[in-house]
Amino acid sequence: MLETSAEGPFVTGKVRLIHAAGMHARPAVKLTKLAKRFQAQISVRASEAADWINAKSVAKVMALRAPRDATIEFKAHGEDAEAAVAALIDLVATDFPDAGA
Amino acid sequence: MTMRADVAGLSFRGRTASIGFARGPFIRLNSSENSARLAGTPDEEVLSLREAIQSAAEQIAELAAAVGGEAAQILEFQVALLEDEDFLDPIFASLGQGMAADKAWSSALDEQIADYNSAADEYLQARSSDLADLRDRVLRTLRGGDSQPQAVPRGAVICADDLPPSRFLEIDWSGGGGLALLRGSPTSHVAMLARARGIPMVVQLGALPEAVTALLDGESATLELDPGAEQITLFERRREAHRKSRATARAILRRPAATWRGERIRLLINVQHVDDLDHADAQYADGIGLMRTEFLLSGPGGMPDEETQYRAYDAVLRWADKKPVTIRTFDAGGDKPVAGFTPEGEANPFLGLRGLRLCLARPDLFKVQLRALARAAIRGNLKVMFPMVTVPAEFEAARGLFAQVVADLQAEDIGAMLPELGIMVEVPAAAMTIGDFKAAFLSIGSNDLAQYVLACDRSNGALGNLADPLHPAVLELIMRTAEHGRRSGLPVSLCGDMASDPACVPQLLYSGLRELSVNAPSLAQIKQTIDRLSHGGSGG
Repeated sequence: MLETSAEGPFVTGKVRLIHAAGMHARPAVKLTKLAKRFQAQISVRASEAADWINAKSVAKVMALRAPRDATIEFKAHGEDAEAAVAALIDLVATDFPDAGA
Repeated sequence: MTMRADVAGLSFRGRTASIGFARGPFIRLNSSENSARLAGTPDEEVLSLREAIQSAAEQIAELAAAVGGEAAQILEFQVALLEDEDFLDPIFASLGQGMAADKAWSSALDEQIADYNSAADEYLQARSSDLADLRDRVLRTLRGGDSQPQAVPRGAVICADDLPPSRFLEIDWSGGGGLALLRGSPTSHVAMLARARGIPMVVQLGALPEAVTALLDGESATLELDPGAEQITLFERRREAHRKSRATARAILRRPAATWRGERIRLLINVQHVDDLDHADAQYADGIGLMRTEFLLSGPGGMPDEETQYRAYDAVLRWADKKPVTIRTFDAGGDKPVAGFTPEGEANPFLGLRGLRLCLARPDLFKVQLRALARAAIRGNLKVMFPMVTVPAEFEAARGLFAQVVADLQAEDIGAMLPELGIMVEVPAAAMTIGDFKAAFLSIGSNDLAQYVLACDRSNGALGNLADPLHPAVLELIMRTAEHGRRSGLPVSLCGDMASDPACVPQLLYSGLRELSVNAPSLAQIKQTIDRLSHGGSGG
């Protein structure tokens, strides 16, 4: 979804976390690795928490402590924001598949 | 050195993290504690830390490339942290204020470790050893210690307080060997790696003396130090039996039900954490015959609140689906002291305030557990049993308290119900007057029952063969309890170590028991034992 804010237009999207163990080490690593492939500034939050955190920081993403079935929201602004949000949502929705698998 | 072939070595029991057998030299890994560095100028400290982080990242990446697969994925988390600017920036910022690089690094990591340790989620707690590994690896470089890990001979039984995954991966396991950890956890990354590699691993062994050789039996969670000839013979026999029976046992395991003399034998499993259900054989169990709950008391957060307990019970019920789950209320005291809960300074804790006695003396804490259980009861096929019951009045008091808790919850509009209530039969007085108890089911705790009937502390090695659970007096009480169950239509099971011991199983069936609760790793072997018995084998 395209919205606008003080920082300019940004893209948002949400997805349900189906990973059985919640947002733990391996999903967090995959998520941050993917986020870093994009130029856009990407934020993430779980279960409508007040704070958005940097989706490129594995320490912060782990600290979300998002359990199974939590709603994960992404917010991105920058040139490739739309592609970034789409890719991240796809990663979570497909339960963090192994690359190349 | 004198050979003391007939002198028995010391035996220790822990928790199984990975099954299998290892016999070899006993090697202690020393934790490298090099002295702290003196802070240079902020610029020097920034440079040193950058180099140390860079070199740690390279070492880990190299290791990950060499091991591949699941192990590499575990290491990726460490690499990702070393590349995380949000995580590193505050550390570098504190260097600008004159802090030494090693101090800044370890205090930042220690903070994260403490944070993970305080998580209610055991998975997150287990991740803290990955962070400790990362902390130590960078510190080794910063403090100029040799970053070469201690050499370990092949096939050794390795002893450490806890072991980080990267250290595990640096060890050459091609010649076998095993892991004996003083602390550690069956859900740690290193336990996952050990299971995947088939390396036997026992955790939570407590303090261990020095020794030259060791026998590690991951199946019975025992470590024997400087074993005598007889211990070695018995160990090799267990190892050989394990190897032979594993393949056939697993085939039998997949059959629908165990029967003996045309009667169905129910085989259930004993668990502690929901993670114990990850064992590949757990799915073949007829249910959970004993879920221990004491472990909840020793978590990092102290006494667990209602929600934490509810989640722990609910997770097991969800796993079991329609199968029965018997949860035992806190069985603390005796050899399971819990700070702030069990009494201190008892002259004889095994005959003191333990099990249900202690819970009834602390209704404030007991009620929290009963509330969590009453809420969980509506979620599945839950039964609850009380440990260490001596007289019917104790059972009635517990039932009364439970009923009151259920009424309170319902008044608060919270879904709850009173589950089926049973007792552990482990005090001889209860076994001998079993007809006086109005319990819905009975579960024989053979470890304590044998200990009390024989007046033998099971953990006292000096008593040797005297502590024999097959003593006629113990079997007599088992038989009476089974007979009472049969006549009054009450289910009777046995959940002590005897049930997991193939040598005891024939006697238990002859005593009239038709329900056994065993450790998940023993399930295949016990099912096979019953299968052999019912096909006319001696079962010996």
